[in-house]
Amino acid sequence: MSLIAELYIFVLAVLAGFQVIAKVPSILHTPLMSATNAIHGIILVGALVLAFSVHGTASLAIALTAVLFASINLVGGFVVTDRILGMFRSDREAGRSS
Amino acid sequence: MSALAQLLYMASATLFVLGVRFLGSPASARSGNRLLAIGMLLALGTTVAFAPRYDHVAWVALVALVGGTIGVVSARRVRMTAMPQMVAVFNGLGGGSAALVAAGGWSGASGSAAWLALLTMLLGAVSFGGSIIAFLKLQEWLRVDMRLSLALRVLGLAVVAAAVAGAGLMGASGHGGVGAALGVMAAAAAGGALLTLPIGGADMPVVISLLNALTGLSAAATGFVLQNQLLIIAGTLVGASGTILTQQMSRAMHRSLINVIWGGQVAQGEALSADGTVQPITPDDTAMLLRYAKKVVVVPGYGLAVARAQLEVKQVIDLLQGFGVEVLFGIHPVAGRMPGHMNVLLAEADVSYDQLWEMDRINPRFRDTDVVLVVGANDVTNPAARTAVGSPLYGMPILNVDEARNVIVLKRSMGRGFAGVDNPLYVDAKTRMLFGDAKHSLGALVRELETAQ
Repeated sequence: MSLIAELYIFVLAVLAGFQVIAKVPSILHTPLMSATNAIHGIILVGALVLAFSVHGTASLAIALTAVLFASINLVGGFVVTDRILGMFRSDREAGRSS
Repeated sequence: MSALAQLLYMASATLFVLGVRFLGSPASARSGNRLLAIGMLLALGTTVAFAPRYDHVAWVALVALVGGTIGVVSARRVRMTAMPQMVAVFNGLGGGSAALVAAGGWSGASGSAAWLALLTMLLGAVSFGGSIIAFLKLQEWLRVDMRLSLALRVLGLAVVAAAVAGAGLMGASGHGGVGAALGVMAAAAAGGALLTLPIGGADMPVVISLLNALTGLSAAATGFVLQNQLLIIAGTLVGASGTILTQQMSRAMHRSLINVIWGGQVAQGEALSADGTVQPITPDDTAMLLRYAKKVVVVPGYGLAVARAQLEVKQVIDLLQGFGVEVLFGIHPVAGRMPGHMNVLLAEADVSYDQLWEMDRINPRFRDTDVVLVVGANDVTNPAARTAVGSPLYGMPILNVDEARNVIVLKRSMGRGFAGVDNPLYVDAKTRMLFGDAKHSLGALVRELETAQ
C-alpha cells in the first residue's frame, strides 16, 4: 500500500479519535488513559511479526524484549482498566449491579 | 497480506473506535473496555494466523506468557492510590516496545519507511525514558534537587539532540546495524529521562498525558514502517487521546505545555504571603458544624491519596447523609497525579459517581453550600488564582470554595502548596483548619459523628 493511502488512514484516524475522545467526561479520564494505554499494546502485533522472522541472536533478543514489554503493557492495561471500571457505581443502578 | 486478514484487521479497528466511544459514559465504559479487549484478541489472532513464518515460535509464546502473567499480577495488585505509577510503567513499556520493533525492522526498511523507523525509535525511546522517571518520581523512589533543574533540562535537550543527529546520520547513510540503533535509542531514552527529572509532582497529570500521546504516536509510526493499517489506526487513537488530555490538563493549570516542561517549578515566582491568623478547629466542633449543615461539598486533593483516607471520607459522608445532609464532591481536573485520579480513589471507596461533580458544574453551587471540607487539596482552592495578578497561580481555574459559608481545611501542618504560595484561603475569616494526618482527622470525625446520633 502506498504511503499516501496510509497517510489518509492516519488523518482520518486523527479526526475520528478527536471526535470520539473529546466526549469523554473528566470523571472517566483515568480509565480512558489506562484503556488507551492498553490499546498501544497493539504494538505486540508488530513485535510478533518481527520475532517470527528475525535472524541472529541480537535481533532475536531485541524482538523478544519487544514482545515482553508489549505483552505486559497490553494485558496489564486491560486488566487494570477493567478493575477501575468495576468500581464505578451509580446510586441509580445500585440495585442491579453488584 | 490476504484480503481476509485485512478484513479481520478492519473489524478490529472498528471495535477499537467503538470501544473508545463506549468509554465516554460511566454506564457503558466497562463494556467499552471489553470491546477493546475483543478487538485486541482479534488483531493478535489474525496476526498469528496469517504470519508468513513461525521461527522461534516457542520462545515467543514463552515470553508472551511471562509478560502477560506479569501484566495480570501487577494490574491486580496495584493500589488505586498508585494508579499513576502503574499507568506510567505500562506506557513506558509500550514506547520501549515500539522503539525495539522499529529497530528490528530498520535494516529491512528503505526510503520513507526507514526514516519513519528512525522516528519511531526516537519517540518510543523518549517515552520509555520519561515514563520510567515519572514512575520513579511518583513512587517517591527518586527525588531531585530543584537547583539542578536548569542543568538537567539543558543536558536532556542536548542528549535528545545528539540522538536525533545520530538517527539523521543513520538515515542519510543508510548504514548502521543493530548496535547503532541501540545507541540512538539509549541516547533518546536518556534524554527523555533527563527532561522528565525536574518536572514537579503537581505537573504529573500533564506529563503522563503527554507520554501517553508519544507512545501512541510511536505505535502509529511503527504501523507506517510495517505497512500495517491497524497499528496506524490504534496508535493514532491513543495519540489523539493523549493529546486531548494534555491540552485539557494544561488548560486546567492555566499553563502552556512548554511552560510545564521547560518552566517547571514556579517556586521561584514571587511568593505571596497572606496576612491574617489561622484559626484551628477541633474534630468535635467540625462534626457539629457538618452535622447541622444542609449542603456539604468535599474537595479532595492529592493529600487524600497520600493519606489513603478515601474509606474514611466515605464513612463521613455516609454518616452525614444519614443525618439528611446533602453531600457532593467537587473535583478539580488536575487534582491528584493523573487525569481523573480522585474519581478512581472515591469509586474504590464505593462513592457513587453521581456525587462526583466536575469543576464547572460544582462552582455555581458553592454560594449556597454550608460547609466545604477540603481534604488534602491546596492550589486548586487558592483564591489568589482569581485575584492576585502577580501570583504564579494567577489565571488558573479553581474551585471557588471561598464562596461557601464555612470552609474546613484538613491539613497536616502549615506547609505550602506546590506552587510555593501561601493560600489566602487559610486565613479567611470563614476558614477553620483541622490539623493532622487526613486519615486520623477523618477517623476522629467519624467517631464524633457516630456519638452525635
